Amino acid sequence: MSAFLAAVLTATAPVVLAALGGLLCAAAGVFNMALEGQLLWGAFTAVLTSHVTGSAWAGVAGAVLATALYALLLSVPVVTFRADPVVVAVGTNLLALGLTAFLMRQVFGSGGTFSSPELAGLPTLAALGLGAPVLGPQSPLVPGAFALVAWAGWWLGRTRSGLRLRGIGEHAEAAGAIGLRVRRYRHAAVLGAGALCGLGGAQLALGNVTLFSEGMSAGRGWVAVVAVMLAGARPWLGLGACLLFGAAEALGFRLQGLGLPQQAADAAPYLITLLALVVAAAARRKERTA
Amino acid sequence: MSRAATAPRAPSAGGAARRPGWAAARRAVLSPALLSVAGALALTTLVMAAAGADPSLAYPALVRGALLDGNLEYTLAAYVPTLGMAVAFAVPLRAGEFNLGGDGQLSLGGITAAALALHAGGSYALPLAGAALAGALLAGLSAPLRTRLGVPAIVSTLLLSAPAVSLASYLARFPLAEPGTGLAQTPLLPEAARLPALGGSSYVTLALPLVAVLTALWLPADTRTVPGYEIRALGANREFARYGGVRVDRLATVTMAAGGAFAGLVGGLIVLGPPYRFVDGALTAPGYTFTAVAAVLLAAGRPLAVPGSVALLTILQAGGQGMEREAGVPSQLTQIVQGLIIVIVAVAAVVRAARRRG
Repeated sequence: MSAFLAAVLTATAPVVLAALGGLLCAAAGVFNMALEGQLLWGAFTAVLTSHVTGSAWAGVAGAVLATALYALLLSVPVVTFRADPVVVAVGTNLLALGLTAFLMRQVFGSGGTFSSPELAGLPTLAALGLGAPVLGPQSPLVPGAFALVAWAGWWLGRTRSGLRLRGIGEHAEAAGAIGLRVRRYRHAAVLGAGALCGLGGAQLALGNVTLFSEGMSAGRGWVAVVAVMLAGARPWLGLGACLLFGAAEALGFRLQGLGLPQQAADAAPYLITLLALVVAAAARRKERTA
Repeated sequence: MSRAATAPRAPSAGGAARRPGWAAARRAVLSPALLSVAGALALTTLVMAAAGADPSLAYPALVRGALLDGNLEYTLAAYVPTLGMAVAFAVPLRAGEFNLGGDGQLSLGGITAAALALHAGGSYALPLAGAALAGALLAGLSAPLRTRLGVPAIVSTLLLSAPAVSLASYLARFPLAEPGTGLAQTPLLPEAARLPALGGSSYVTLALPLVAVLTALWLPADTRTVPGYEIRALGANREFARYGGVRVDRLATVTMAAGGAFAGLVGGLIVLGPPYRFVDGALTAPGYTFTAVAAVLLAAGRPLAVPGSVALLTILQAGGQGMEREAGVPSQLTQIVQGLIIVIVAVAAVVRAARRRG
């Protein structure tokens, strides 16, 4: 049981980090559908930096920085030029797929999957001497992800800058009228989301596994988008969606060991996430009409 | 949802032709599509140079790889599914919905066509109809989610796409797999169900005229019929369309299903063409879905421009292989270009709208 819980937390952590980024953007009134591409870019840059420097923590730092920079491709068109956020996100997601596959061939000399015994992965908490039963096999980024969620809840609800960010999302003109620099806050939110996706990508490629393969974000960024939609009204619902996805992934992996076809295990997390979205939306609708 | 991509516009080709020559030329040069292509090509050249390739070798290799040395046949064979997928994305987009689940609809259509061809017998008509129906049903699922529960189609189509691809892959590997080979593919389809090849080519089949005719039917339907107008009204302003008497929910369902039917049909056409079987991954690997998305966004919602923009991006995609062989530039470069084109097109559309207003 504790091994299963550990697997759920591992599978959930990258999604939670991406969803937290999406939540910050939503709070600031920016629709961020670019999480999928940013997670992928984060995973790639984490592996690249770790490979070049030989240090997993440098890989994490590299991914955070590189993905925050990549998020400029979303923030400049959408915040500065007011371009359609959905169209720009479709473009940056596609760009991330192409760019990572292209650079992979240029840098590592082949496509598909890159892994190497020299590639440094993140240490587990147990290896750092912090072995609790469930958290032991996790990288420090896993408890870090959940701590960041708690911090973001406090920041958005209790601090001046957090409340201002929400005010901008609530009514940008009014916030601008009392002197808030709306664009600056929004740029910061989008770049912050990029940094969080970088962290999520690093956990995915250096924590969950120690490799990079093409398209390895595999829809997790879209699950995060769903989580943000659910979180709109109630943040715990968003976190619940992430955990549900993680549980489905971990369970599918288990059942595959028991003879379930791999395709069923691949499909389950998406179907369950969609089901959660449908149930929540139906419940919300019922509440409204009642 | 997307002002630039869905707002109804006056037919621009005619409008431009009536203006004095200079203005028309200026308009053409400053059009978001041309600016985006030029911008993306400039950035591509930079990426090429940064990757250590010589653009003066790479670009001719790209053109040769797409159009010359007998490659035109392959490019034409790739043009057909891409054009079909472009319509599959464009029809719901006119109503304001993003259908990003093309891969799932394509795969489900393909595997349905293979199953029908193998087990129902007869000509290619039934498998193609089944493929279109499978795609329509899958995409149609997203419509009630949107109209009754407010789940955007862009999210539901994507989340449904991955399981559909998995299902098709499972069917091709197990129940429908070619016995005894261990390969993830169905057996060869019977002769009667195969699409006839055209003009002595081994790659260009009946799919080409079929998709061309269906696209040619969609173009005037969009601009000159009542449903076409209602769809554009729905895309421009949902509530206003409802107020104006458009049956919004039904129309949203019809457009999503129509888009899915196109994608499913394309899957069927691929499977019933060479190599006449469903090979796992062969439908989604060439990236028809997102090449088509980029092409439609590049056409900025003007249906008449779609066949042209699809041609441009198919040439880039097909030529990418030649470029990889001759100049050593990975063919994923063309995916980079597509992504950049979409981003630049989104910005160019707003900048242009602002200039027109100001």
